[in-house]
Parts: sequence; structure tokens; C-alpha cells
Amino acid sequence: MAGHFEPLPGGGAAIALDELEISILRSLAVQLLELIGPEDGAAGAEGDDPLARLFAEGPSEPPSDPALARLFPDAYGAPGEEPDERAKAYAAEFRRFTENDLRARKREDGLAVVRSLDGLTPAGDRGAVLRLTPEASRQWLGTLNDLRLTIGARLEITDEDESEALFRLPDDDPRKPMVMAYLWLGGLQETLIETLGPR
Amino acid sequence: MSVAPVEIERPETGESPFAVTEPDVPWVTLVHNDPVNLMSYVTYVFQTYFGYSKDKARKLMLDVHHKGRATVSSGTREEMERDVQAMHGYGLWATLSQDR
Repeated sequence: MAGHFEPLPGGGAAIALDELEISILRSLAVQLLELIGPEDGAAGAEGDDPLARLFAEGPSEPPSDPALARLFPDAYGAPGEEPDERAKAYAAEFRRFTENDLRARKREDGLAVVRSLDGLTPAGDRGAVLRLTPEASRQWLGTLNDLRLTIGARLEITDEDESEALFRLPDDDPRKPMVMAYLWLGGLQETLIETLGPR
Repeated sequence: MSVAPVEIERPETGESPFAVTEPDVPWVTLVHNDPVNLMSYVTYVFQTYFGYSKDKARKLMLDVHHKGRATVSSGTREEMERDVQAMHGYGLWATLSQDR
């Protein structure tokens, strides 16, 4: 798994992916979509009425799942400190009016990633070349980052020094595959950012 | 609370938060360090969203990395909520607070 993104002339990026890589990326993106949840998942019984959806309020409490809490953090209060009453009230209000939009955007980016992978037809050992427009590059960048945040939360990466130890796990450690995926996604993200330059 | 003494520029207004004449105390957007986001990505976000130069974006990123957080913008509460929402959209860990 040593593929990396390269810039395309005229904008966008390309990467060669083999069948296994395509299947891992797709599976991770689908898991991310399941974590973010379906449209109206939080708003409940608004159904298909677009007007009701427009005015549907989001949740006021932070998600209990640590990965979701990292994707949708509180906007008020200092990290690691108990927020005061004003910060709590402001954070709840902010969440009600922004979290649904944020979820929708992350869902759209994740769906775009799945669709672009589904558009590939890997030919045997040679795999396939994924070509991204600048807009698709932006969506991939967002989803790659969301995936790394999610896996980081699952691996409980909270400290830069501790995470060093994770990267030297023995091969039989159950966390090893997730750590390998985390590092691989980091390489993909890093090279995708490089295609967006020179800045 | 204390805020890292970084130079603040909002290209749209060019206002300095230390020369505010309104009675309102300005709000600031803080970006907090986390061990997952790539340094190159954080720099990219500061350039892309705020329109900061590469040097300024990189300096702010290093402040986040070394000091634990950096003030990346200042303005009204509404403006800072917009910036924080955008930072969350990019997956950065951001909060707003009143700079007093």
C-alpha cells in the first residue's frame, strides 16, 4: 500500500489503487457514513417534507460516542475544563443550529468518495487509476481527515508521545490493522494536500 | 483566560482587536492542538479558509502545535461562530470565546 496522489495537469489529482485498496477505502467510507447517520437521523420524524427539514433543529447535547464527539465538538468552553453555565447554553444553541448542516456536508463528502470508488473498474493486478477533479479532491480531503479523526478516537490517540508507541505495535496486536490503516490514510491525505499546491 | 499573543489579521476588515472602539469586547476563534490532524492540513485550512499567506498560516499552525492553541481570528460573536463552524467542517478542533 504505497500509492500516493499526484497532481493532474490543469488541476485535480490522480492515484493508482489496487482492488484491495479500493475495497478498504470503500469499507472505511461506508463505516464513516454509518457513524454520521442518515439524513434526518437526528431530527426524527420530519420525513420528506423539505420545509420541515429546513427548520428542523439539531441536537443540543454533544454526541456520546467519542469519535462523533470529535467530529462535532462543542463550540464554547475550554478543552478539559468544565464549561460554565453561559458556555453550556451557548454551546447547546450553536449545536442546535449547526450540527445537522455539518453532518449533511460530511455525509455528502463521504458519499462522493464511495461513488468515485464505485466508478472504478480495476483490471486484474494492475488495479485502476482514480482521477479527481479539484472539487472531488476537496471532498476526498475532508473524508480522509474525518476517517483519521474517527480512527484516532477509536485508537484513543490523545497524545503525540503515546501515539508513537501505537506505531510500534507487535504484529499480533488486535489494533495493528487499524493502526496500519491510520498511517496509510495519513500518507494519502499528505500527498493529496501536496497536489493542491504550490501555495 | 490567556491567549497566545499572535498577530491577528482579518483581511476583510483589517481591524486590530486591540484597537476596538465599540463597547463590546471582541470574540476570538481558538484552534486547539490535537495529535491527529496533519500539520500540512492545518496550514492548508488556514490558507484556504482565512486567505492567510503560507508563512502566516504556518506560524499559526506551529503555535497550535507548540502552545496547544492559537487565536486564528477575531470579531463579533456571530463572525466567530461562522469561523468555528467552518473549522469544525474541516475537522479542526475550534472554540470561540470572549477575549477578556
